[in-house]
Amino acid sequence: MKRAPVNKIIPFSNVDGPGNRTSVFFQGCPFNCLFCHNPETIHLCRHCGVCVEKCPAGALTLDAQGQVRWDSGRCVQCDACIRLCPHDASPKVRWMTVEDVMGEIRRAAPYIGGVTTSGGECTLQNDFLIDLFTEVGKLGKTCLIDSNGSFDFERDPRVLAVSQGVMLDVKAVDPAWSDQLISYPRDTVLKNLDYLLRVGKLYEVRTVIFPDRDQENEATVRYVARHIGDGCNYKIIRYRPFGVREKYQKLLGEFTAEADYAEKYAQLARDLGAAKAYVV
Amino acid sequence: MSDALHIIQDPTLTYRQELVGLARLGESTDDTLRYSDAYYAAKKKGALCDLNEGVMPFRPRYICPDYELLFQKGCRFLELDPPTDLLEAVNVLEIFYCHVPSITTYPVYLGDLDKLLEPFVVKEDRDYAKKVLRLFLRNIDRVQTDSFVHADIGPEDTVTGRLLLELTEEMQLAVPNLTLRYDPERTSDDFALACVRCMLKTAKPSFANHRMFVGEWGERYAIASCYNGLSIGGGGYTLPRMRLYECSLDAKSPEDFLERELPRYIDLQLEYMDKRVKFIVEESSFFKTNFLVTEGFVKRENFIGMFGVVGLAECCNHLLGIEDKKKGFGMNEAATQLGVRIMDAIEKRVSEHVAPYCDAFDHHYRLHAQVGIDTDGMDDSPGTRIPIGVEPTMLEQLEVNEKFHPYFPTGTGDIFKFEETYLKTPDAILSIIKGSLANGLRYFSGYLENNDVVRVTGYLVKKSEIEKLRQKKQSLNQVTLYGMGAQDGGHALDRRVQHHEESAC
Ligand code: SF4
Ligand code: SF4
Repeated sequence: MKRAPVNKIIPFSNVDGPGNRTSVFFQGCPFNCLFCHNPETIHLCRHCGVCVEKCPAGALTLDAQGQVRWDSGRCVQCDACIRLCPHDASPKVRWMTVEDVMGEIRRAAPYIGGVTTSGGECTLQNDFLIDLFTEVGKLGKTCLIDSNGSFDFERDPRVLAVSQGVMLDVKAVDPAWSDQLISYPRDTVLKNLDYLLRVGKLYEVRTVIFPDRDQENEATVRYVARHIGDGCNYKIIRYRPFGVREKYQKLLGEFTAEADYAEKYAQLARDLGAAKAYVV
Repeated sequence: MSDALHIIQDPTLTYRQELVGLARLGESTDDTLRYSDAYYAAKKKGALCDLNEGVMPFRPRYICPDYELLFQKGCRFLELDPPTDLLEAVNVLEIFYCHVPSITTYPVYLGDLDKLLEPFVVKEDRDYAKKVLRLFLRNIDRVQTDSFVHADIGPEDTVTGRLLLELTEEMQLAVPNLTLRYDPERTSDDFALACVRCMLKTAKPSFANHRMFVGEWGERYAIASCYNGLSIGGGGYTLPRMRLYECSLDAKSPEDFLERELPRYIDLQLEYMDKRVKFIVEESSFFKTNFLVTEGFVKRENFIGMFGVVGLAECCNHLLGIEDKKKGFGMNEAATQLGVRIMDAIEKRVSEHVAPYCDAFDHHYRLHAQVGIDTDGMDDSPGTRIPIGVEPTMLEQLEVNEKFHPYFPTGTGDIFKFEETYLKTPDAILSIIKGSLANGLRYFSGYLENNDVVRVTGYLVKKSEIEKLRQKKQSLNQVTLYGMGAQDGGHALDRRVQHHEESAC
């Protein structure tokens, strides 16, 4: 039975695609973005045990095999474990089967238009997603993939075949900035941008605008705007320090990017032909 | 100080509010209507409550005139001819409203305004029609100064419906309360979305489950007052309520409650209702001489008695010994199941009782989830609602509601408070409403955090008007006072906000 590590499921979300959607967040991400708001989703738990004794509710235990166990009934969601974890992981991850996840989706089904998978990076669970989307499709609901673009959709288009589209993050275009910001080469991301656009599966692109990073911001926005035109939505997101690891806050900024500053880039994008560019 | 002097000297009461207060006082001096000692004991305990209906019912509590008939035939008593254009139509209504009695002294049902006015509106230039409707709404807000004044629109999209939405948004008035009768097959998504947008900004309209109401009442039903389902050309005689938490205090166990205490209190409330209904029909002059009756705008057989309940959540929690509300009714399957058993028992016993003068409804009263009054504090949550402050996720809250809403043809509802991002995604809310109504939700209300007009427990108030009362100034709307009480005692404005959660990456 296929299982995937699920960080959490939000039954109703109005910010992960059109309408009301159930969002499934998977654990684990190949990037290590400096500005990640939920760094505890980056890695899988290494069962080092550091968090176990610090849990004030006794919700964490080490079992006979040395694996950390999380008792959701006892957990008071104080997030002490997440703050303490030295490995950017979380002990509160559920290894779920497709049926497990479907159980929660079916419950929300009457109220939603579809399901969005996110993360972490959901495409790490490609085979799981294919089965999940096939089941969701049977309910007459749409499936969207929220992705950082690290998975080469052209090389393995199976998951696209059972989904309605991708919401793609294009975080950095300049190679040096990309290496620094996301610790990953940006080539696959940019390849995906073109491919998804070509096959009509690009639902939206998102770019975060950082305070006082004129050159980097502009390079990314110009590139994306020129490529997508009015082919899909372009969300310009203001950098927010909330949840960002402290050391990286020092580097990127301890303040939210100004609305006017972000709007400048949305305007630039629109001037370059990305008619559906707007700040969120 | 005498009660009368107290009213007369209260700086926060307007002249008309004083008048109503003094009339109530006068009414309370009579003791013609007597009930059993057991009834008085239950009332003293707080287990039964008459909602200050007054000891001498001289009119039915809620009256829903047949305005279509008014437009067809005119009104002899008020010397009004059938209207021939929009201006006349609006004028006829404004006059007529002033002569429709109710418990609040204001008309609780203004009609299906879109259907009534559409034939006149479409004959006019849109801007002119809008101007007339603007003055009409202003008249209602300043003359019928009570948030229980209620108008209905839908299910179909109409020019008038659109204009009323536009004006509601532009004018930001607390009066009238407004309901969209929503039917997925008859209400277009476009019109429903316009209603959602308006609801976020002004706390109205609410969405009524049209199919459910039609199934119970037929096409000619009204949503009046807070969210009360009633017959057009009829109304509600009386609405007392069982305060279920207080009813449960002497029970030794859930079984003891279900077998002994609950039936006892149900019967006492039925005794009270029977006596009042008979009195209104047989003794008071309303059904004999009021022009509404003699000219056929209401018919006695279309009236019903409304059997109210409040505090199911607290009742279940108490019976199961649950002290932490966060782990109680709404979040706890056993408590919710007990709630279902209690409601089944109430529904059964009430439906077995042969009620006087409820001819059009098989001679039975119908249940009502009463919305609470300001003095309830935190002891009894409205109807079958989950207590404020411990609401679970919206999904879970809807699921609980869907279990309980079908019990209440004469009205129930729940309110959801949304945060700003929903303004950009009204389709997300419509999708939730559609799903929930299909699953048995009866009535959905929503509003945006940070609005001035907000929905308290069923009615609308302006937060700025509550502020006036706090500063010992008068508020034209007589309901503002209840709003202040509900905010202070019941924390009614502190309900959970539907947030979008920060996505993970
Ligand atoms: S969550 Fe982090 S701290 Fe806790 S056991 Fe896993 S790796 Fe260690
Ligand atoms: S959030 Fe983590 S530390 Fe806090 S109670 Fe839950 S498992 Fe324990």
